[in-house]
Amino acid sequence: MKKQRSTLSMFDKALVVRAFKDAARKLDPRTLYKNPVMFVVEIGSAFTTLLFLHALATAAGEASPWFILAVSLWLWFTVLFGNFAEAMAEGRGKAQADTLRRARADVPARRLAEPRRDAPVEEVLSALLRRGDLVLVAAGDLIPGDGEVIDGIASVDESAITGESAPVIRESGGDRTAVTGGTRVLSDWIIVRITADPGETFLDRMIAMVEGAKRQKTPNEIALSILLAALTIVFLLATVTLLAYSTYAVGAAGSGTPVTMTVLVALLVCLIPTTIGGLLSAIGIAGMDRMVQANVLATSGRAVEAAGDVDVLLLDKTGTITLGNREAVALIPAKGVKERALADAAQLASLADETPEGRSIVVLAKKKFGLRGRDLRSLSASFVPFSAHTRMSGVDVDGKQIRKGAADAIDRFVGEHGGVVPSEVQEIVAELCRGGATPLLVAQGKQVLGVVHLKDIVKGGIKDRFAQMRRLGIRTVMITGDNPLTASAIAAEAGVDDFLAEATPERKLALIRQYQQEGHLVAMTGDGTNDAPALAQADVAVAMNSGTQAAKEAGNMVDLDSNPTKLLDIVAIGKQMLMTRGALTTFSISNDVSKYFAIIPAAFATTYPELGSLNVMGLHSPQTAVLSAVIFNALIIVGLIPLALRGIKAIDLLLRWMAV
Amino acid sequence: MAQLLRPLLSSLLLFSALFGFAYPAAVTALASLAFPSKAGGSVVLVGQEAVGSSLIGQPFTRPESFWGRPSATAPSAYNASASGGSNLGPLHPRLLKAIEARVEALRPFDPEHARPIPIDLVTASGSGLDPHISKEAAFYQVQRVARSRGLSEKAVRSLVEQHVEGLWPGVFDEPRVNVLLLNLDLKNMEQTGVE
Amino acid sequence: MAAVAQYGAYFAVLVVAAVPLGHYIARVYDGQASLAQRLLGPLERGIYRITGIRLDEEMTAKRYAFCLLAFNLAGALVVYLLQRLQGYLPLNPAHRGGVDPFVAFNTAVSFASNTNWQAYGGETTMSPLTQMAGLTVQNFLSAATGMAVAAALARGFIRRGSGTLGSFWVDLTRGAIYVLLPLSLLFAGLLVSQGVVQTFEGSITVKLVEPQESAAGQTITEQVIPLGPVASQVAIKQLGTNGGGYFNANSAHPFENPTPLSNFLELLAILLIPAALCFTFGSMVKSRRHGWVLFATMVALVIPPLLLCAASEHGGNRALADLGIDQAAGNMEGKEVRFGAFTSALWATVTTAASNGSVNAMHDSFTPLGGLAPMWLMQLGEVAFGGVGSGLYGLLMFAIIAVFIAGLMVGRTPELLGKKLEAYEMKMAALVVLLPSAAVLVGTAIACALPAGRAQVLNPGPHGFSEMLYAFSSAANNNGSAFSGLDATNRFYTLALSLCMLIGRYWVIVFVLAVAGALGRKNAVPVSAGTLPTDTPLFALLLIGTVLLIGALTFIPALALGPVVEHLRLAAVAGGAP
Repeated sequence: MKKQRSTLSMFDKALVVRAFKDAARKLDPRTLYKNPVMFVVEIGSAFTTLLFLHALATAAGEASPWFILAVSLWLWFTVLFGNFAEAMAEGRGKAQADTLRRARADVPARRLAEPRRDAPVEEVLSALLRRGDLVLVAAGDLIPGDGEVIDGIASVDESAITGESAPVIRESGGDRTAVTGGTRVLSDWIIVRITADPGETFLDRMIAMVEGAKRQKTPNEIALSILLAALTIVFLLATVTLLAYSTYAVGAAGSGTPVTMTVLVALLVCLIPTTIGGLLSAIGIAGMDRMVQANVLATSGRAVEAAGDVDVLLLDKTGTITLGNREAVALIPAKGVKERALADAAQLASLADETPEGRSIVVLAKKKFGLRGRDLRSLSASFVPFSAHTRMSGVDVDGKQIRKGAADAIDRFVGEHGGVVPSEVQEIVAELCRGGATPLLVAQGKQVLGVVHLKDIVKGGIKDRFAQMRRLGIRTVMITGDNPLTASAIAAEAGVDDFLAEATPERKLALIRQYQQEGHLVAMTGDGTNDAPALAQADVAVAMNSGTQAAKEAGNMVDLDSNPTKLLDIVAIGKQMLMTRGALTTFSISNDVSKYFAIIPAAFATTYPELGSLNVMGLHSPQTAVLSAVIFNALIIVGLIPLALRGIKAIDLLLRWMAV
Repeated sequence: MAQLLRPLLSSLLLFSALFGFAYPAAVTALASLAFPSKAGGSVVLVGQEAVGSSLIGQPFTRPESFWGRPSATAPSAYNASASGGSNLGPLHPRLLKAIEARVEALRPFDPEHARPIPIDLVTASGSGLDPHISKEAAFYQVQRVARSRGLSEKAVRSLVEQHVEGLWPGVFDEPRVNVLLLNLDLKNMEQTGVE
Repeated sequence: MAAVAQYGAYFAVLVVAAVPLGHYIARVYDGQASLAQRLLGPLERGIYRITGIRLDEEMTAKRYAFCLLAFNLAGALVVYLLQRLQGYLPLNPAHRGGVDPFVAFNTAVSFASNTNWQAYGGETTMSPLTQMAGLTVQNFLSAATGMAVAAALARGFIRRGSGTLGSFWVDLTRGAIYVLLPLSLLFAGLLVSQGVVQTFEGSITVKLVEPQESAAGQTITEQVIPLGPVASQVAIKQLGTNGGGYFNANSAHPFENPTPLSNFLELLAILLIPAALCFTFGSMVKSRRHGWVLFATMVALVIPPLLLCAASEHGGNRALADLGIDQAAGNMEGKEVRFGAFTSALWATVTTAASNGSVNAMHDSFTPLGGLAPMWLMQLGEVAFGGVGSGLYGLLMFAIIAVFIAGLMVGRTPELLGKKLEAYEMKMAALVVLLPSAAVLVGTAIACALPAGRAQVLNPGPHGFSEMLYAFSSAANNNGSAFSGLDATNRFYTLALSLCMLIGRYWVIVFVLAVAGALGRKNAVPVSAGTLPTDTPLFALLLIGTVLLIGALTFIPALALGPVVEHLRLAAVAGGAP
């Protein structure tokens, strides 16, 4: 699979140049005030610049003008570096957004008056389309907006969004109806009902997100901002009051001069959490960016952060825990039934069943008994499709009702026809279940013909993955339509903490609610329309891009690769974002103490030369001490940009923490 | 508002009666039964006359008496109605000058300056009413007291030793001597002539 | 070595006494202390009957705070009026006139807020009526108020999806009746047995053994020794972390603290309830380990300043090195012989670790580092033991911040005792931590800038600065001890310090109750392997680190210009290398 998006290097030349320009533009106080820490630095920079000009002009400045200039310049650099970090993060998003924007260019659309292919057509621009409009899209056309296929079938190139070059099929009915504006129809035609107004489309949301334009602050980020603001106030008070203390000290000691404004501003800037203040939004944007690189589109930063918090994962068994699809491996006839007769009925019941299981039954019947596929239409048979409620599928042919399905479903079916499932069949079923296999019963009318042995294959390495999750305090719950016996066997093999067997959309929803009531945060994946309620309820709901529009609307993330295992990566990214922030905060605050030791002796050198013995770093003059603190403070922001953008190695750090 | 005022005012009144009057009254009643002397101020009687409290220091300045700690109370030393310390910091010039003066006052009685002066003899106590001096400070004065009173040093020293008190000297407190009681006994010893 | 044994014994006895007391207090607030209720239940029920307090009343955080503030306001008003009008009131044998309005206001705020900062001299200003009906009553009620807030906060952690925190009136009554009253009776009795006076007589006059010549040339033949109901007041002043002495010299006065044993008992009383409340909290939130973690945190915060203070005081005053003085006993200026340097150092750290503020030696005369230790303990926000109740809720506010930072580091949104901490709690906790510190810094700065502030200091140089810094640290953190060289009776100090005391007490309480209310409304989050455990030594370390770091970042510059400079200067004067 080719992912264009992850090819951007950390310090792409074009990106850096652009970030420098943006950093300068961000000096505008009207935007900078949103970042109080950096805003304070900017005020300090401006103030020291004035002090420099004053010293230069009057020769009666509080210190040598060149010293003031040096401090002032480094303060300006501090603001610029903070802006640069943010611009770097945004720049990476913008580069991606530009690519996306090309796909969003206005395209002509053929609006239909009625949902028929031959209905009257009106040519309009895609920007004029509104929710509910019907458009016809034929081979070679760009799909003008997000919508739902209501008629037709077509192959669609979605590489502009997913980075996946292989075309996908979109058709009316079922779970593959959703189409995205900006993607191109390669063959055939479809009629699409537009489901989003211009500006609110998937593509628009994606552009907004990668640009960071509509980034909401997450609750955690807000709480952190409060802490940082509180610290800033503490430092502001500690430095401002120092002026009064210093004046008193000069009076009391009878020597020296009060501390200079330049030094106080320098001290303040060194103390306030500029490291984290400058990198906070960069971390947030980088978190979103990492999601995008993983081909996951989150609708809000809140969702990304919630991903770091979830402690219950609902995982669909199929595709996430087990390798794709189950396969029929054996046919076990009931007493008095020939294996060939069972194979014949099973094949008939599966001919129209396009599910992988169904196909594997047809394949097995052919392999074992050489049974060829028959044309159902020529048999005047009618196919009964699988539904989540009956959990059976089959065929009605020659007045015979042939069904295959789960044990309890077939039990009900034969019961309705006045039959029972023979005890030896029940034993076979139980036996297979205990082994983690899926038994599929085949019945004709009231007679049970036998059992198809379907086998699940648990993905390699998944057990370790779950063990890792458990150490992080995350509970994994397997969701499956299987019966409890089968489910528990697979659950044990895969190492999940719990499972929900015989799952229906309602039970899934109820389970999520129950977990949430207990205070858990729940993450899940889903694709079908019937998943929508559960997706809407879950805290982190990842819809598959291949899924229906309803599912995508209900979720708060879309996985463009439609890979359910991605949920585990999403959680890791969320955690990484939280931890990067924590590490930088702690770092930022705790190295302040050393800055005191550098600056305080220097600031009061004329009044209390005794304080020189606190100058443990051996800085040789007061001015060097102040300058080196300011320079260190500015450079550390640049030094930590890669960390902020890449994130600390979350899992490693976490495991180390847990080991303590 | 009434829902607030009633509990507020009535409980304030009740608690004032309970903690402001009943409680101290109860403690006073019990104290006067169990420890009448201590509750009344540990008054020291000589004959029928109250000459002090064994817990409150008194000023002694004559060479024939043991001297107590310097006292910073105003207007004069050991004013029990205005307890308090000097509150002078370790570098205050007034403190350094005062200590020097006290050292000078003690020096004539030990001209060879054979022994360093115990710190408590030249520093003011926290209350200004400290009834004690350290054991060392008492021994430091034995020579002077004995000479002034015409007693043998040995006799005075053994009297001091009898007065050394301490709950668990060296761990919980320092060995010390009650100056008032020591001086009263000293007077007693001189009068009765017992050695 | 001897000192270490004494300190060890002290903390050992403290633990042994505090653990059962803590569990008992938890039962008191849950209404489950059956034995005590059998004895004192009639008193409690009688109070409810007369006052119309309903046992089952449930208050929201807002209502709880409102009742608390109204009650404290009324209490302060009574104290103010008693002082102003004492000249016209009975029980005034010495015929003391009304107290100066500014001093009276300062004292009323001081006693209502559990600070017990004394801008007056005890034996020369207040009539016995004012002492008893005003000050002693507030000693009980301000302590019971602090404990009630701690209990309400604990309920915030316990309750799920509940809008209420219990009844302020019931919590107030129970804390006062079942905890403070019996303990005070017990301690008062013990103190009398040591010689603490307890009588309604005003004073005795004795004949001096050796009449003295006064400086004015008059002969002084008598000593007037004030008496009073001292033991009853001292017992509650120590137990309730009040600290306001009956006499000016406070617990250095032989009638307040006559023997090493009385000293030990009072030391125990100072930390007893604040220490016990850790275990009360553990008991109430059904996690006794949390109680131990909080207690261990407090002890760990106290030990280093204690050792610093002890070493520095024992080391003596280096400026006296050339005078031929034996300083083996340490720095004895302002100290009593019966306590000595080590025990005085223990008291100084204990009384400032708790927001007690009573002193058995004059802190102003301590060595620079010996004086830095108590100042530092106050500046930490009075959370290492702190006031009864207030220390616990203060430390829990720090715990909220610590959990938040730690939660970030392990990649979890922060939870404490099953309650998710969000922006609102952070904001409140930050304000609680911030405001007293801000009051200290700004107050000291204003004092430095105003002649009315500068003129009142006694000591020259950096020590004078320390006096001002100490005063504001003490007031804003509701401690009440002082570098008493500072004359804080002028209008500037009485008003500025009153304001600091109000901020340090009521501003904090309002925000703590807001947190309690918000926590109570939340549902509990189940504990999982990924929850940051808050009942481990590791978390205690984190909490200690948070408290120390915030304190250090706020106060290093100020401390550098006060005690630190003075220490370096003392080293220079003594001629030794620093």
